[in-house]
This record gives sequence, structure tokens and C-alpha cells, in this order.
Amino acid sequence: MTGYQGVWVYAIADYAGGDVFLPAGVARTQVRAIAAAGLTVLASDVDLAEFGEEALPRNLENLSWLEEMARAHHNVVDAAARLFPVLPTRFSTVYRSEATMVAALAERREQLRSALTRVGGHVEWGVKAYAVPGWEGDPTARQGDASEPITAGVAGPGPGTGTGAESGAGMAYLKRRRAQILARQEFSRTAAASAREVHIELSGHAAQARLYPPQATALSRTKAPMLLNAAYLIDAEGSAEFDSEVAAAAAAHPDLKLDLTGPWPPYSFAGQEG
Amino acid sequence: MDASRRRLSAELPPDFPAERVALVDLLDRLLAEGVVVTGEITLSIADVDLVTVSLRALLASVSTLATVQSGALESAARPPE
Repeated sequence: MTGYQGVWVYAIADYAGGDVFLPAGVARTQVRAIAAAGLTVLASDVDLAEFGEEALPRNLENLSWLEEMARAHHNVVDAAARLFPVLPTRFSTVYRSEATMVAALAERREQLRSALTRVGGHVEWGVKAYAVPGWEGDPTARQGDASEPITAGVAGPGPGTGTGAESGAGMAYLKRRRAQILARQEFSRTAAASAREVHIELSGHAAQARLYPPQATALSRTKAPMLLNAAYLIDAEGSAEFDSEVAAAAAAHPDLKLDLTGPWPPYSFAGQEG
Repeated sequence: MDASRRRLSAELPPDFPAERVALVDLLDRLLAEGVVVTGEITLSIADVDLVTVSLRALLASVSTLATVQSGALESAARPPE
């Protein structure tokens, strides 16, 4: 059995012992606290037929598998982070045996310990900013006809379809449309500048900040384009204060919709130098 | 199994939050994170960029979903042929 089992790692924990309650790990495995090289590692035994070097890349391409494992992994790290300081390890870190895991950790012991000290006692907050298309300062919003059906004449005989004035109406439409597009471009630039200001403001209140690429509109399930997708490392005691800073930033930037997520375990800062 | 190892309960404490984070926010964090400890198996597939791999899976899934949905909408809006 041992030959077919590997070790999936969740996090390095600043945790010296005692029973704790953690949810089941990936593939419903039981999570163990393993003492290794003076560190405590949260890990579980996984079947290499599913998590080995042959199966893992293929499984990572399978969204339902990925989602299940990502959520299970997160449940463990999140629950642990609420109990003691943790340094999350990269998702899909697998060793062939506990012995090789211990050897790998021993090699990076000092680095891991200092990283744990850096992120320990901190939480991560995510802030996403979207442009608000209906904002009163949005020059396109006042025209109120963004949904005007371009193909009204093609779709079928609508009421009030005139004759003879087609070309005049067409020209007027094109002019109006062009003005809308220009105004929208101008608005996007303003909103993007606004999002940058928010990021600078919030970074000033964070121990560390990190930018992610904005999520595709299809993925974020909103129509508005995402202009900021950031993570901030915040002292756990300062969460309420950070929340107020985000609220203040939202009030100061009515052209943006801000979305706050968290607290997250310090995933985004585990691999970054301080 | 080694009985000397400390066991952590697989049970959820009663107050464990039931909130469900958005998958895309979670994947941002789990897949884009730099390596702290590299597993030997992960290392052996290091030429595979996890972020690219997984976002491709995600995007493929979303676009499939969108196609299915818009197909459903179209067929709902139009009389059957």
C-alpha cells in the first residue's frame, strides 16, 4: 500500500500539538499534523493513481475534479488558519513519501520559518473593482439608449417603422453611436485611473499587496469590466479597520463598484518575499 | 497505519462556516501562487504551467456553458423549425 501512496501538503503550521478539528482533505483523506524538520506540516496520504505524476496533470484539466480538490484543500487551510498561523503551500504539492517530504522541508527550513513568521498573524483580503456603467458621471449613461436594438429594422416590422427617412435616421444613429463609443472609452480611462487610486490607497494600509490579472467578464459573472483584482495582507487585528478603508474608498470612487472577499488564508503572500 | 502519528479529526466543528467562496477567486489564489515547497511530483511536471492548464479548463467549461445557455435561449425565443 505504501508504494502507491503519496503525501499531499496543505500548509506549514505554527502549531505545537494537541488535538484540533480539521475538515477532511482532498479525496476525503484524513489530515495529519506531521512534525518535520522542526516544522509542523498539515498533510494527508493520497493515492498516486489519482495524484501521481501521470494522473495529476490530466486531473488538473478536469474542472469538476479541480473544483472538488480546490475546495477540499481550501477547507483544510482555511480551518487551520483560524486556529493557528499557517503558511499555505502551493496547491497540488505532492511527495512520493513522508520521508522525501521531510527531506525537502529540512532543506528549506529557514526560508519556511521566516515566511511563516512574515505571514503568520495576518489574513488576506481580496478587493475587486468594477466600472459602474450606470454611474451618473458616466457620460454614456445619460443617453439612455445603450440597449437600442441596432437591428430593429431587420428583426421584423416594428411599430413606427418609417419610410423615406431611413438614411437620415441611419446617419443620426451612427453619429450617436460614435459619440457613445468615444464617451465610453473616456469613461473607461477615468474608471481605470480610479481603480489605480484605490489600489494605492489600500496598499498603504497593508503589510503587502499583490495584483492579479482582472478576471474575464464571463468568469466573474458580471457585465461590468473588472478593473482591479488585488489581494492585501492585513494584520489579523486590523481587519475591521481595513474594512472601513475599503468602505471609504468605495464612497470616494462612485464610478467603481468594489467587491471585498475574505478573510482568506494568506495564499497570495506565501511565496513572496516581504 | 502508524498509530503514533497524531490524528486530526475529519469532522467539522459545529461552528465551521458554511460559506462557499467563488471558485474563480479561489483558483486565482491557489493556482497563481508561487512555489514555497515544491513537491517532487509537481516538480517533475514543472514544464506544465498550472495556471495556464487550469484556466484553460475553466474557460473551456465556461464557454461551453455559455454556448449551451445561449443555445437554450435561442431555442426558447424561436419557434421550433
